[in-house]
Amino acid sequence: MAVSGAILFLYVVAHMVGNLKAFAGAGALDDYGVFLREFLSPVLGYGGFLWVVRVVLLLAVVLHMVAAVQLARRARKARPVSYAHRPKVQGSYAARTMRWGGVIIALFVVYHLLDLTAGVLNPNGVEGAIHANVVADFQRWYVVLAYTLAVVALGFHLRHGLFSALRSLGVASARRAAAVRGTALGVAVVITVGFLVVPFGVLFGIVR
Amino acid sequence: MRYTLRVWRQRGPEESGGLVDYDVDGISPDMSFLEMLDVLNERLVLDGEEPVAFDHDCREGICGMCGLMIDGVAHGPERATTTCQLHMRHFDPAEPIVVEPWRAAPFPVVRDLMVDRSALDRIVEAGGYISAPAGAAPDAHAVPIPKADADAAFTAAACIGCGACVAACPNGSPMLFTAAKATHLGLLPQGQPERLSRAEDMLTAQDDLGFGGCTQTGECTLVCPKGIPLETIATLNHDVLTAALRGR
Amino acid sequence: MSCSDYTNYSEGEPIADTRAPDGPLETRWERRRFAARLVNPANRRKLTVIVVGTGLAGGSAAATLGELGYNVLSFCYQDSPRRAHSIAAQGGINAAKNYAGDGDSVHRLFHDTVKGGDFRSRESNVHRLAQVSTQIIDQCVAQGVPFAREYGGLLDTRSFGGAQVSRTFYARGQTGQQLLLGAYQALSRQIHAGTVRMHPRTEMLDLVVDDGRARGVVVRDLVSGEVSTHLADAVVLATGGYGNVFHLSTNAKGCNTTAIWRAHKKGALFANPCYTQIHPTCIPVSGEHQSKLTLMSESLRNDGRVWVPERAGDPRAPRDIPEQERDYYLERLYPGFGNLVPRDIASRAAKTVCDAGRGVGPGGLGVYLDFAEAIERLGRDTVSARYGNLFEMYQRITDEDPYEVPMRIYPAVHYTMGGLWVDYDLRSTIPGLFVIGEANFSDHGANRLGASALMQGLADGYFVLPAVIGDYLADGPFGPVPPTAVEDAEDEVRQGIAALLAVDGDRTAESFHRELGRLMWELCGMERSEEGLRKALEQIPQLRGEFWRRVKVTGAGGQLNQELEKAGRVADFLELAELMCLDALHRTESCGGHFRVESQTAEGDARRDDDAFSYVAAWEHTGGAPVLHREHLEFTAVRPSVRSYK
Repeated sequence: MAVSGAILFLYVVAHMVGNLKAFAGAGALDDYGVFLREFLSPVLGYGGFLWVVRVVLLLAVVLHMVAAVQLARRARKARPVSYAHRPKVQGSYAARTMRWGGVIIALFVVYHLLDLTAGVLNPNGVEGAIHANVVADFQRWYVVLAYTLAVVALGFHLRHGLFSALRSLGVASARRAAAVRGTALGVAVVITVGFLVVPFGVLFGIVR
Repeated sequence: MRYTLRVWRQRGPEESGGLVDYDVDGISPDMSFLEMLDVLNERLVLDGEEPVAFDHDCREGICGMCGLMIDGVAHGPERATTTCQLHMRHFDPAEPIVVEPWRAAPFPVVRDLMVDRSALDRIVEAGGYISAPAGAAPDAHAVPIPKADADAAFTAAACIGCGACVAACPNGSPMLFTAAKATHLGLLPQGQPERLSRAEDMLTAQDDLGFGGCTQTGECTLVCPKGIPLETIATLNHDVLTAALRGR
Repeated sequence: MSCSDYTNYSEGEPIADTRAPDGPLETRWERRRFAARLVNPANRRKLTVIVVGTGLAGGSAAATLGELGYNVLSFCYQDSPRRAHSIAAQGGINAAKNYAGDGDSVHRLFHDTVKGGDFRSRESNVHRLAQVSTQIIDQCVAQGVPFAREYGGLLDTRSFGGAQVSRTFYARGQTGQQLLLGAYQALSRQIHAGTVRMHPRTEMLDLVVDDGRARGVVVRDLVSGEVSTHLADAVVLATGGYGNVFHLSTNAKGCNTTAIWRAHKKGALFANPCYTQIHPTCIPVSGEHQSKLTLMSESLRNDGRVWVPERAGDPRAPRDIPEQERDYYLERLYPGFGNLVPRDIASRAAKTVCDAGRGVGPGGLGVYLDFAEAIERLGRDTVSARYGNLFEMYQRITDEDPYEVPMRIYPAVHYTMGGLWVDYDLRSTIPGLFVIGEANFSDHGANRLGASALMQGLADGYFVLPAVIGDYLADGPFGPVPPTAVEDAEDEVRQGIAALLAVDGDRTAESFHRELGRLMWELCGMERSEEGLRKALEQIPQLRGEFWRRVKVTGAGGQLNQELEKAGRVADFLELAELMCLDALHRTESCGGHFRVESQTAEGDARRDDDAFSYVAAWEHTGGAPVLHREHLEFTAVRPSVRSYK
C-alpha cells in the first residue's frame, strides 16, 4: 500500500508541477506535452516514455486497489458481528474516508482520462492542443466543480495516505511525530491548491 | 437516579445474542459503571434471573480485565479511562445506555459482555519478551540507559492489554497493542539482540490470528486508557521493514 | 458447611523450621543451596510441578521452573496471567543495592525488616530475603523492566515508608505492573517453548493428597464449569492474600482465600491469620454500593498534612475552618515523625479521631490530607509534578479537586502477613506442597514494610523456590496416584458446588460478603478487644449458618457462572474469618498490624509481650476446635526493642 501509494504520489507531484505551465501561456503547456512525448525518444521512440509511465502507473493503481480491497476484506473478516450502536469513528475525517475517497478518485481518473487524454468528453477535444482543451473545459462552471470535488478528495486522501505511509515505512519515530503530521498536512494542502489554481485560473479569466 | 440500559446478552460463543433492556434504579453519581452493573446483577439474582456476565478484577484501572463498548465507544465517553474508573456522573439518565462486548473475530464472546482475549497472549508468546533466564543477569548498573529512552520505554510499557484498541479499530487490528510491546522492549539496550525477530514474529502471529490490518486510523489511541501513542506503530513498522530488508 | 467450635482451641506439639542451617546468618542461604540436592537436567522434564497463581511469585516461579526444564502447569482465575493483582502495586520494590551510597546494606535491610515486622518474623528467612533482593533488580533490568532512571542513565531510588535510606526502586506509580509484566513475559516465553502449559480462567478448588504427599489440584474451568484434576510431583501455591475477607479492601475483586484455605483443610498449618495490614491512605467509602477501595500512594504523606476539625461534628467546609480550630493530630502526637509515622500507627490514629466523632465526609469516616501548605511552599507546578497522577485519580473517583479542597482519606485493608506456614525451603506441613509470596506467612512478621511485598514475591519465585524445590523432587517422580484418590477429591468438590446451588435461598452471596466484611472490620480490624472478638466468634458461625440456609446462586455448575464462583469464595471466607478472630483472641499482646486494646501503654501505643508471644501461631484444622502449634522465634542478630516514633 505504502509503496504503490508512494509511486502514485510522486506522479501526482510531477503532474501538478506540469499543470502550472498553463500560466506560462498557451505554447508552454503544449510544448511541455511534446517534450514528454519526445523525452528519451531515441531509446523508447516518440511517446514511448509516456507509455512506460502509464504502465507503471497502471500497475501501481492496480496494486494500490488490490491492497485496499485486501485490507477491507480482512477488516470485515476480523469483525464479523458489527456493533449495534456505533457513533461515527472519532479519528480524523481523512482517515475514515480513505476507502470511499479512493473510489471517488478512481472514478474521477476515468473521467479525467476520457476528458483530457483521450479527448472524448472534452468540449474542444483536439489532440495535442492541450492548452485549448483545458481552457475549453474550465470555462464551464460544472466541470470546475467536478474537478474541485475530486481534487479536494485527493487532498484528504493524501493527507492520511502520506501520514500513514510514513508510519508504515517506519519513518515516523515518536520524536518526529509532530513533524510528520505537519508535513503530511502541508504537502496535501500544497498539492490541492496547486491543482486547483489552473481550473480557477481559467474560470476567472487569468489563463486564456 | 434511574437509568435504562440496553445490554448485550449471549449465552455462549455459538449462540446468537441480542440487546435486552433493563431499568436500574437507585444509582448514585459516585458509583462506577461496574458498580452500577453490580446493582443490576444483585437484583437479577434475587429475581431468579442469571446476572450479566462481565470481566473485571482490580477495579482500579490497571489489570486490564474490564472493557465494555459503551454507547459505541470502548471504555465509554471519558478519555484515558478504563470502564471500572468510569463514573455514573458522566451519564444522562434520560438517555438509554447501550452496552456491548468488544467485537472482533479473534475475541469470541464467552458470555454476555465477556470475550476471550487470549489472542493477545499468543502475540506476546510469539516474541514479546527478552530472553533472560533467572540468575544470569549482570549487575543492574552495568548498562546505563539514557533517561529519555527509559521514559519512552515506560510510556509504551504502560499498556494494560485490555483490547480496547482492537475493539475500536474499524479494521479490528491489535497493532497498537503489539507496537507498544515492540517499542517498550526495542527502546532498551537489553532488547536489541531480539529486536527485529521480535517485531516480525509478533506481527506474523497477529496476522495469523485473524486480526485485521492496520491503516493508521488512530481510533485505537483515542480510546486507549493509558494513552499509548500512535507513533509506537511506526517504531514497530520500522523494525519489521528492517528485518525484511536484511532478509531475515 | 462445617460449624466448628472456634472459641476454644487446644495446644499441639511445637513445630520447628528444620531446614534452615544453623551457624552464621550470613552464610545460611549459601550453605542451604549447596546442601540441597539437584535434579539431573534429563530427569527434570519427567517431573511435573503445578503452580497456582500468576502474580509476581507464581509467574516468576513458573517461568523459572520451566526454564530449568521441569514440566510446569500454571493456573490462574483471570483471563490472562498478566492480570494477577501484583499488577496494582504502586510504590516500588526494596533492594539492598546501596546505589545511593547512603549506608544501606544487606544487614540493614534485614534489620529494618525484622524491626518493621515487630519481631514476629523468622531471622533466617528475612536475612535471605535481604540477600536475594539485589539479584532481583539485576534480573528485572535484564528482562526489560523500565525502572525510573536519573539523567546519568543510572537507576533512581527513593526512600519509602519512613526508611532512612533510599533503597526503593520504582517505575512511576506502576512498579507492580512493570515487574509483573516482566514475569509475564518470561512466562510467555516458556509457554511458547512448551515447558509451561497455561490454564487461565481456571480456579483451584481442592488439593489432592495421596500417601501423605500433595500430588495435584482439583480445578474448575470457569468457562465450561467442568471439574477436573491435574496431577503432579509437587504443588506450589502462589495465590496471594486473603484481605478480601473484609469485603472492602484494596485487593482485586477476585482475590480469595479458597486455594490456601482448602489446603489448610487438607492438613497445611495456617500461621498468624490475624496479622492484617491496614493502609492509611485510601479513598474513603462513598456509599453502600462500594465494591472496592482504592489506595493512594503513601508518598502523599511526604507533603500532605493530615488533620481533622478540633470540634466533633463541625459542619463547616474545610477551607472555612480556621487554622487554630484544626487538629493536625499526627504532628501533635508524634512530633518526631509527624505525618510520616508507619502505616499501622497512622491508620489507628485516624480511627481514633473518627471514633471521637471528628471524622469528615460521608459517615464521618475520613480525615483530611491537605496540600494547601505544600502548594504555597513548593508551588502548584512542583506539587503537580510529584503527585499529579494521584490527584487526577482522586478527582476522577471523588469529583473533588485536591488542589482546591483537601483530600479525604481513610485506612483500608491492604495486605495480610499471615498465610500458610512454611519452613526455610518454603515447604508447608504437607510434603510436596510449597507456598510462596503473600500466600505464605514467612517474611514480614506482624507488619510489612512498604515496597517489601514485591521483593518477597520475586525473591520466592525467581530465586528461592527454584533453588530448593529440587531437594524435594530429587526423590521423584512419585508413583501413580490411585484413581480413587482423584475421584474422591473431585466428588468432594462437586458436592460442594451442588450444595451451594441447592440452597436456592433469598440473599445474594455479595450481601453475605458485605455483612461479613462489616463485622470483621468492626471487630477484627484496626483495633481488637477480647469482648469484640468473642462477639465476632459468636456471630460468624451464625452468619455462616444463615449463608447455607439463605444464599441464592442462579444458573448451573456446568456453565460459566460468576455467582457460583463468588458464593464459593464467600463460603471459604466465612470459615477463615473465624480462625482469624480466634488467632486475634489468643494473642493478647499488641504487635504490628495486630492491636489489642487491652495491651497498650498509657499513651495508647502498642505493647508487645515478648515473654509470652515470641512465637508463630500455626493452626491445625481438625473440623472441631483447632490445634495451636507454636514455632518459637529466636533473635540472635537483632535484639527485640520497642518501636517508638515519638
